Parts: sequence; structure tokens; C-alpha cells
Amino acid sequence: MRGLVFRAFDRGGMIFLGILFGLILLLALSNLIMPVGHPLHAPTYLVSLIGKYLTYALLALSVDLIWGFCGILSLGHGAFFALGGYAMGMYLMRQIGDRGVYGNPELPDFMVFLNYSELPWYWHGFDMFWFAAIMIVFVPGLLAFIFGWFAFRSRVTGVYLSIITQAMTYALMLAFFRNNMGFGGNNGLTDFKDLLGFDLQNDGTRVGLLFASAMALGLGFLICKAVTRSKYGKVITAIRDAESRTRFLGYRVDRYKLAVFTLSACMAGVAGALYVPQVGIINPSEFTPANSIEVVIWVAVGGRGTLYGAVIGAILVNYAKTYLTGALPEIWLFALGGLFVFVTLFLPRGIVGAVNGSGDGGPSPIMTKVRDWRAARAMEGRS
Amino acid sequence: MSTAFNTSMADSILYLDGVNVSFDGFRALNDLSLVLDAGEMRAIIGPNGAGKTTMMDIITGKTRPDSGQVVFEGNVDLTRHDEAAIAELGIGRKFQKPTVFETQTVHDNLELALKADRSVRSSLLWMLSNEASRRIDEILAITRLGDHANEIAGSLSHGQKQWLEIGMLLAQDPKLLLVDEPAAGMTDDETAETARLLKEIAESHSVVVVEHDMTFVRDLGVKVTVLHEGSVLAEGSLDAVSADKRVIEVYLGR
Ligand SMILES: Nc1ncnc2c1ncn2[C@@H]1O[C@H](COP(=O)(O)OP(=O)(O)OP(=O)(O)O)[C@@H](O)[C@H]1O
Ligand SMILES: [Mg+2]
Repeated sequence: MRGLVFRAFDRGGMIFLGILFGLILLLALSNLIMPVGHPLHAPTYLVSLIGKYLTYALLALSVDLIWGFCGILSLGHGAFFALGGYAMGMYLMRQIGDRGVYGNPELPDFMVFLNYSELPWYWHGFDMFWFAAIMIVFVPGLLAFIFGWFAFRSRVTGVYLSIITQAMTYALMLAFFRNNMGFGGNNGLTDFKDLLGFDLQNDGTRVGLLFASAMALGLGFLICKAVTRSKYGKVITAIRDAESRTRFLGYRVDRYKLAVFTLSACMAGVAGALYVPQVGIINPSEFTPANSIEVVIWVAVGGRGTLYGAVIGAILVNYAKTYLTGALPEIWLFALGGLFVFVTLFLPRGIVGAVNGSGDGGPSPIMTKVRDWRAARAMEGRS
Repeated sequence: MSTAFNTSMADSILYLDGVNVSFDGFRALNDLSLVLDAGEMRAIIGPNGAGKTTMMDIITGKTRPDSGQVVFEGNVDLTRHDEAAIAELGIGRKFQKPTVFETQTVHDNLELALKADRSVRSSLLWMLSNEASRRIDEILAITRLGDHANEIAGSLSHGQKQWLEIGMLLAQDPKLLLVDEPAAGMTDDETAETARLLKEIAESHSVVVVEHDMTFVRDLGVKVTVLHEGSVLAEGSLDAVSADKRVIEVYLGR
């Protein structure tokens, strides 16, 4: 256990976390301390926007853990994110109490509207934060465990696995669209008022959520570090590179995959739970298969198998998305597709790999070019 | 099954009887029977496609036989176990095409192979003990990879990868080693060195070696089994089987 905790802290990771928290702190201070109108004042929408990016970064991290390190290309991680989000949404709905439009102290507005006479059994307990907090981790984790149990034991891998993860999130989307599922149908859950007694419209609460997101991301990062730098991490990397060889060494590949897949889903659930109060709504569109594919693109752009690359990729691509969907909404999807093709062809190890080489020791394409260029200059100089 | 077979099964480490395997109607193994005594080293030779690798696939659980018995240590029916369980029982394998974990260091490859509890829990909590570390250093020395310990396995030469894989087998410390073409792609010196290494290993393990290189097989100086079209064509000392007309016809004489 001591070894596991110890391994979470390496120099690169500490630098990364230091930069992350430094920036978050600056953002928080400029929002809370600088007066509105001051050039250094960060508006609250920016705080929530960055907060949202951080939850995406945690989601990307969870995908990098399984894809970058174990070779499991999940195209359904949006589902775990959304389930965590719904669990948080249910808590937030229950917090509204009798302040809804219909003023029913027991039933959320949409249930009154749909003529529910009583709270469905699975809504019980969600008025308590601790219960919701457990469900945020437990529900995505359980789904991943059951899904992984069947998939990994029957040795479904590669494209086939990716396809069934897509099917999983698609099926959940259809289910959550139905009104009689009891999750608000296509409108989802919204009109939240407060969280743990803090008003969600309040700047302080927004900053608090930003910090909570940064903490969750930091913790997720440390957990991933600890896991991937342990012998367990070496085994899953071995599975990624030569699955059947790993079996012949006596490792139960299905169990190793199941463990990391479940952990990853729990992380995605936490990300979703922090996302919902910052955007103010959760609805079935979060299960859209395309969402899960986008996450994979973030990781590919940042550089898979590096952890911090996933974080950088998620933030950069989402920043581009925010900018482009505002400025030129019709080109966003083309830009995303183009970016993916570009990265796949020219930066196979993502931005991170291009800048500083990679884990597997080979020189980075950019560094190689720089060296070639220098060598060429030196030759010219001599002649 | 004859009683003679039964007695030998009891003190055999590996016992194959009447094993058949077909791929889409093609008989890769045809009523194959083979008995390996505990502590024995055996060389298997035979033309391409004779079924040598397929036999190893059967023993290690990669392929299921259509019929026949595959018994380990006289009482374990291997056809009922999967690859991981068979490895845990004590059967290690070196593949024909060297397969090491290319993106990890030579040291990490050995650490992964090193005999230890294979559960998820214990690999999460695993810390390299002094003893384990010493064992890895020992294997690095034996396989002459000491200078490459911290290099990525993918950067090794073909021959070095073969040696790393043999080193991984040593680290695993199985009771029975199945070694598929260990000398392929090696220089003559490396081949001789590999034969020496395998003989050393055979002092404390049971070993099955598949090899095409006759000088190598001669160096080993052990009983030879000739496979042809999925069954045993001849068995005995290298000199005896080399003199066998049928063996010359299908294999040596080509
Ligand atoms: N999974 C498979 N599917 C179909 N055919 C197979 C399979 N595995 C082996 N074979 C066939 O079975 C036959 C025996 O192959 P095997 O690899 O066991 O031969 P070998 O004796 O190891 O030959 P070599 O000396 O070339 O390594 C070959 O004709 C091969 O094509
Ligand atoms: Mg072969």
C-alpha cells in the first residue's frame, strides 16, 4: 500500500499539478477579489466554463487510463459520465423541495406534470448527499463491471469492443429519452437551486465547484499515476501490446481489464457529477454516441498514454469548440474531424508526443526535425 | 490405452495420447502421442507445417484438441484449463516469433515474468524485493542483457529478443519449458551459446525444444522426436533418427 501511494508522486506529475492549481487559484482570485469591470476581473461564466473543461479533462483522463495504457478503446464512456451526472442531478432535484413551479414538496416538477402519484423507488435516498455521492461512483462502476465481465471474459477486443460500447451508450440514450423511465424524459433534469445548501447562482459556489473539479481532476490524476506506475500498470501495458503473451505468463487478462475498466468508469461518473451543477442541466443527449467519440479525439489530440496529454487535449479541443461554435458554428464538426485526421496522420503521439518525445524512448518528430535542421545549418556553415 | 502407457503416464511430466486437431478440415495433428519424463529434455524436429507449433498450442491451452489426452504431471488434464491457469501450473513457453513486451524495458519484461502471485491485488501492491531484484540481475547476466536492462525491449536485436524471451522463461521458473525455435535468426556463435544455456536450464527443468538447426540439435545431445504431418514419424537418438529412411525422405534429405 505504501508503495502504491508513494508511486503516485513523481516529479513530472507534481509540476503538472502545480501548474494546474496555480492557474485555478489565479482564476478564482481574479473572479472573487477583482471588482467587476476591472481588466483583471474574470467573469463568473468563465469560472464555470473552465470548471466544465476540468470535468471533461477528468473524463479524458479516465479514457486515457484504459485506452492509452490497456488498449481498451471505449466509445461509450460518455454513458458513465452521464450516469454520474444523473445521480448528481437527482440529488439537485430533491434539493429543490417545494420551490418548484408546482410547489410539490415530495415530487419534482416533471413528475407532477406527468401525473406521478409517488416518488419512484429508485429516487429514494437521493435527498441525502452522501447517498448520491456513493451512487455517483457506484452506478457507473456497476454498469462497467457487468458490461466488462461479459465482454472481457468472452474476449471481445478491438473494434468489436468499441462497437458494443457504442451500442451500450446508444441504448441508454433511448432509455433515458422515455418519459416513463422517471428521469424527466428528453428534458432531463434542470432548474437546480442549490447544492449542500449553497446557492448555485452564487459566485462563491461557482468558484467552489471549480475547486472541487480541480481537486477531483488532481486526485484522479494521482490515482492514475499510482496505478500505471505499479506492476499492475506494467501488466495492463503488456496486455495492450501483446495480450495473448500476457496470458501465457499466467495473468488473468479479463480480471486485469475488468479492474481498470471499472475504475475508469467510476472516474467518469465523478466527472459527470461535477459537470452537471456547473452547466445546470443533464439530459439524455449526454448519452449521444458522438459525445463518447469526441472524448477519444481529445485524448488522441493530447497524446495517449501520458495522462497529462489527455488533460491538455480535453482543454484545448474544448476551448476550440467553445470558440468555433460561437464564431463559425457550421464548421465545428469539420474542424473536429479534420483535427482528428491530422493528428492521426502527423502526430500519432499527440501534441505531447510531438513536443517532447514519448514514453517509449523514440525521439519526437518535432525534435528530430529541429536536429536535422540544425545539422543542415551546421553543414552549410562549414562549406 | 495400453497398461504400458499408464505406467509411464504416472511419472511423466507431459503425456499426449491420440491427440487430433483439424483446422477447417486440415489435420494439423493426427493421432499424436508423446511422453516426456520428468526432468527430461527433448528435441522436436520435422518439416514446416509438421505440427510442432500446434502441439505447443495444445499443451499451453491456446488451441483445444478435437480429441485425445493431454496430461501434465500424470494427473492434470490440460484440456480443461485455459492459458493463464496452465502457466500457473508451471508450463512456460517461448514463441517461434519472439514476443516480448516491446514498449517496456528489458528489466520490466523480466519483472513481469518473474514468478509471483498473479492476482490484480498483489500486482497493485507489489514492490520489487531485494531478492526479486537479485534474481532479475542474475537472469540479466545469464542472458547477457545486463548492459541493456534499461533499454526498451523493442530496440533489441532479433537474437537479443530471443534471449530475453528465454530469460523470461527462467524468471517464470516453470516446471516444463516449451521452447519454439530458439536459435532462429542467430549467428553460429549465438546458436552455440543458446544450446549451452538450454542445457544448463535442463539440469533443473523439463524442456521441449523445437528446432530446425541440426548442429544445434546435435549440441543438445538429447532424445529426438521427428514429427511429420501431425504425428510422430520416428523417435530416438539423433544418429538413429538421421539414419531412418523415412526421416531422410521427408525431412533431412530435402
Ligand atoms: N490457427 C490455425 N488455423 C489454420 N491452420 C493452422 C493454424 N495453426 C496452424 N495451422 C496449420 O497447421 C499446420 C501445422 O502448423 P505448425 O505451425 O504447427 O507447423 P510447424 O511444425 O510449427 O511448422 P514450422 O516449422 O514452419 O514452424 C500448418 O499447415 C499450418 O498452416
Ligand atoms: Mg512452428
